[in-house]
Amino acid sequence: MPHTEQPSTARAASSAASLLTQPVRVINIGLESFADELRAQGVPVTHVQWSPPAGGDPKMAALLAKLGM
Amino acid sequence: MTSSIVVNDVRRGLYLDSVALMRMSRTVAALEGVVECGMMMGTPANMRIMTDAGVLSDAGRAAAPGDLVIAIAAASEAAADAALAEARGLLDAPKSKVGQSASWAPRTVRAAIAADPAASLAVISVPGAFAAAEGRKALQRGLNVMMFSDNVPVADEVALKLLARERGLLMMGPDCGTAIINGTPLGFANVVPSGDIGIVGASGTGIQEVSCLIANNGGGISHAIGTGGRDLKAEVGGITTLMAIDLLDADPGTRMIVVISKPPASAVARKVLARVAASKKQFAICFIGGTDAPMPANACLATTLEAAAALALGKQLQRAHAARPAAAPGKFIRGLFAGGTLCAEAQVVLAGEQLVCASNVPIPGHQELTPGYAGHIMIDLGDDDYTQGRPHPMIEPTVREVPLLAALADNTVGCVLIDVVLGFGAHADPAGHIASVLARAPRLHPLVITSVTGTAGDPQGLAAQQATLRAAGIIVASSNAEAVRMAVAHVAA
Amino acid sequence: MTDIAARIDAANAETVRRIMSAEPVLIDVVAAREALPHLADRTILHAGPPIGWDRMCGPMRGAVMGIAVFEGWAADLAEAEAMAARGAFKFEPNHHHDCVGPMTGMTTGGQMLLVVENRSFGNRAYCAINEGLGKVMRFGGNDGEVLDRIRWLTSSLGPALGKALREMGGIPLKPLIARGLGMGDEMHQRNLACSSLLLRLLAPALARTAADTNELAKNLAFIAANDQFFLNVAMAMGKAMSDPARGIAGSSVVTAMCRNGTDFGIRVSGTGDQWFTAPVEMPVGMYFPGFTEADANPDMGDSAIVETIGLGGFAMGAAPAVVGFIGAGNASEAAVFTRAMSEICIAENSEWTIPAMDYCGVPTGIDIRLVVETGLMPTINTGIAHKKPGVGQVGAGIVRAPRGCFEAALGAFADKMGVG
Repeated sequence: MPHTEQPSTARAASSAASLLTQPVRVINIGLESFADELRAQGVPVTHVQWSPPAGGDPKMAALLAKLGM
Repeated sequence: MTSSIVVNDVRRGLYLDSVALMRMSRTVAALEGVVECGMMMGTPANMRIMTDAGVLSDAGRAAAPGDLVIAIAAASEAAADAALAEARGLLDAPKSKVGQSASWAPRTVRAAIAADPAASLAVISVPGAFAAAEGRKALQRGLNVMMFSDNVPVADEVALKLLARERGLLMMGPDCGTAIINGTPLGFANVVPSGDIGIVGASGTGIQEVSCLIANNGGGISHAIGTGGRDLKAEVGGITTLMAIDLLDADPGTRMIVVISKPPASAVARKVLARVAASKKQFAICFIGGTDAPMPANACLATTLEAAAALALGKQLQRAHAARPAAAPGKFIRGLFAGGTLCAEAQVVLAGEQLVCASNVPIPGHQELTPGYAGHIMIDLGDDDYTQGRPHPMIEPTVREVPLLAALADNTVGCVLIDVVLGFGAHADPAGHIASVLARAPRLHPLVITSVTGTAGDPQGLAAQQATLRAAGIIVASSNAEAVRMAVAHVAA
Repeated sequence: MTDIAARIDAANAETVRRIMSAEPVLIDVVAAREALPHLADRTILHAGPPIGWDRMCGPMRGAVMGIAVFEGWAADLAEAEAMAARGAFKFEPNHHHDCVGPMTGMTTGGQMLLVVENRSFGNRAYCAINEGLGKVMRFGGNDGEVLDRIRWLTSSLGPALGKALREMGGIPLKPLIARGLGMGDEMHQRNLACSSLLLRLLAPALARTAADTNELAKNLAFIAANDQFFLNVAMAMGKAMSDPARGIAGSSVVTAMCRNGTDFGIRVSGTGDQWFTAPVEMPVGMYFPGFTEADANPDMGDSAIVETIGLGGFAMGAAPAVVGFIGAGNASEAAVFTRAMSEICIAENSEWTIPAMDYCGVPTGIDIRLVVETGLMPTINTGIAHKKPGVGQVGAGIVRAPRGCFEAALGAFADKMGVG
């Protein structure tokens, strides 16, 4: 059967409490040096190659926000 | 400047972070014949900076916020062309090397979570205007957030923190530079031993100074949770601070909890202290500068970071003793701080010594810095006046160069007080940079006293940095507060 | 999650469910007049969004002139050109008539069309038979040789294929694609495996139903000589799979992408059959010896329907050889293209997997919100046509769907959702 990606909310969400008890796994959005330093410490990091949404176009960004993004 | 050649290039829709761009523009600016070089995203704030620097042409002025502007002013056309070629080369170099080649990196939080569904924490350091949206996406997808970004509207901060609380997630920041979670230093943080002292801090350098003092005096840290600088303001109401206290209260590994903040709004202070009173654990409440709110039985008030560390450890801190070399005889102390909270702590210590100073960020009892002010001056070089369009002085210490040289040449100044902050995120060799600046100072200059916020485990190495500073004739104090007291003693002598 | 986000997510889930639950079967080859009874006289269906003679590029005009002669509407090319210029022909997009066509995409009543039936939804889609490489009508060719080949397709190969397919009861295409992906095809610039697999399935039936062994040999040789023979089948399949996903209120998923050599056009499920267009871009790629980008025509064809359902550029990870062929970098980087496209799609097709990417499914269901947000434009693997009619293919490369289509669509979609 083909499947669609589960909606985001279905992911087993982390919680504040489990943050303090489980090894940290980071998603880094922004300065890449943070990702580099965490990797150097052996922390699993997924770095997001971020750029301003909609190429920084405020009109499009506003539309996206209204459309649930 | 008026005779220089200005050339601009605009890369539409190319985004690079400001640290990467700063590095590139410094390389270009160092080329022969280049007067100024700005490589910046075309945001209104950056456009103002480049306009002020006189490096924008019509081409550059036409850039949109999502465009990257290369703006060069040079002494000759040849130098300008060479600089432009170098800038383009630097921009294109990483792409062919890694960028879009075999190493794929996700472009969105959504794709990153698909790549690592077990991720627990989003670290967000995008420009402030975009940070809230990214934070919302991360929280909605079940990630805790540490938001390094600043300039996030306070209404967005409140909304993010309420969303986080509703979902049982921790929202550290905006403007949260430091955290240590489960032994992992995040952002600007130091390598400290694991221990039973938990920290909740609205200030990054405050957490760093307290955790390093604890580490260097035999203690250890369970977790240090950053809240962002505004968490205890009335508008935010301490949402994250209260959640962090809940977490550390419930954490079996935490025995003692240190809360660090500027003095909060009094209603918020009462709310936080009521939560503290409900705990069975011991608290050190470090409201830098103090509070009139009464402390519950299980809490002690500390007005400095040093006092908070001592309370947490339950003992006095070790003090370094150093001989004072010959120095210029000025009467005033000039503090030039990379750490904002260290600047505030210095003002608290000065007030304790019945001294008044002027500061760009004065705490109650001191005064706003005015041009030509003659007296003790405490400057926070991390404040917006100094960091508009530039990296924070902890990352890029050159911001301190000009004011430090000026202070060293100022015959009214008897003592220059600085701070050196080590750890992840910080510059690779801040002591070396300061030593290189001192080498260019007049031979007889004011005494320089510094503290080093760092540990033996930090990437820069505490001992090596201290040795570099001492070799440059700088007095190295055991804490920031101690450095201030030494400075006071020196100018009084 | 906000109410609107939940509504869009639900609509999008339905859209990709429809795309992925399709059961496309190649069932027949029939005369266009029979398949499209409502096609008015002197109507020419073309690739891409709507366009008139005045804005058509060179190869498209060349093909129009050729097909008019083929249909007997004009005695020669010059007369055909004059007739076109004075409005003697009616031009409509293939997409408006359940059809698709590669490059210029000429579809007229006198041709034979491949028929793909989507058995889950009962709809059918059509595409002409692939003419092979070189001087062909899809690249604007229109001389006697080109027209003779189409006549032969109409009189010999087409009817023979139809007979064979009817005798077999059709060929289910989903399993064929699944195997092709495992054999290095992405079904746009590489159809070698699927063309071979199709021939393997067809050959016995063609033999069983053949009246004349000479004609049979010619038919088999024609298919065997054309590595891209399957492309037109894949396109009809793409159309048959994506059509039931049209018109789902609240869905921001793309249901068609195509280009006519002048404009690039997309349709979005939640905005129905409205086209959102922007000037088409030039492909970037590799040129055959003797040609350069100065010879290239802007991108053409309905073939981007295969990307719309997760193949072509979206399935690049399955086809490392294509990366080199289209000049898009190292073969080892094929997966990067698929990963990038997965960022703008809301689902993976678990029936069409890529072995070299740990059997991840091809990214499916392009969400215009994700395209605008990330700035990652759909990557389309494409052939490059010579800008002069009839010269043929001069290279292959990648073309990005233009941002403008998606921004326009996002605006219209927001209006539909009441938040514009």
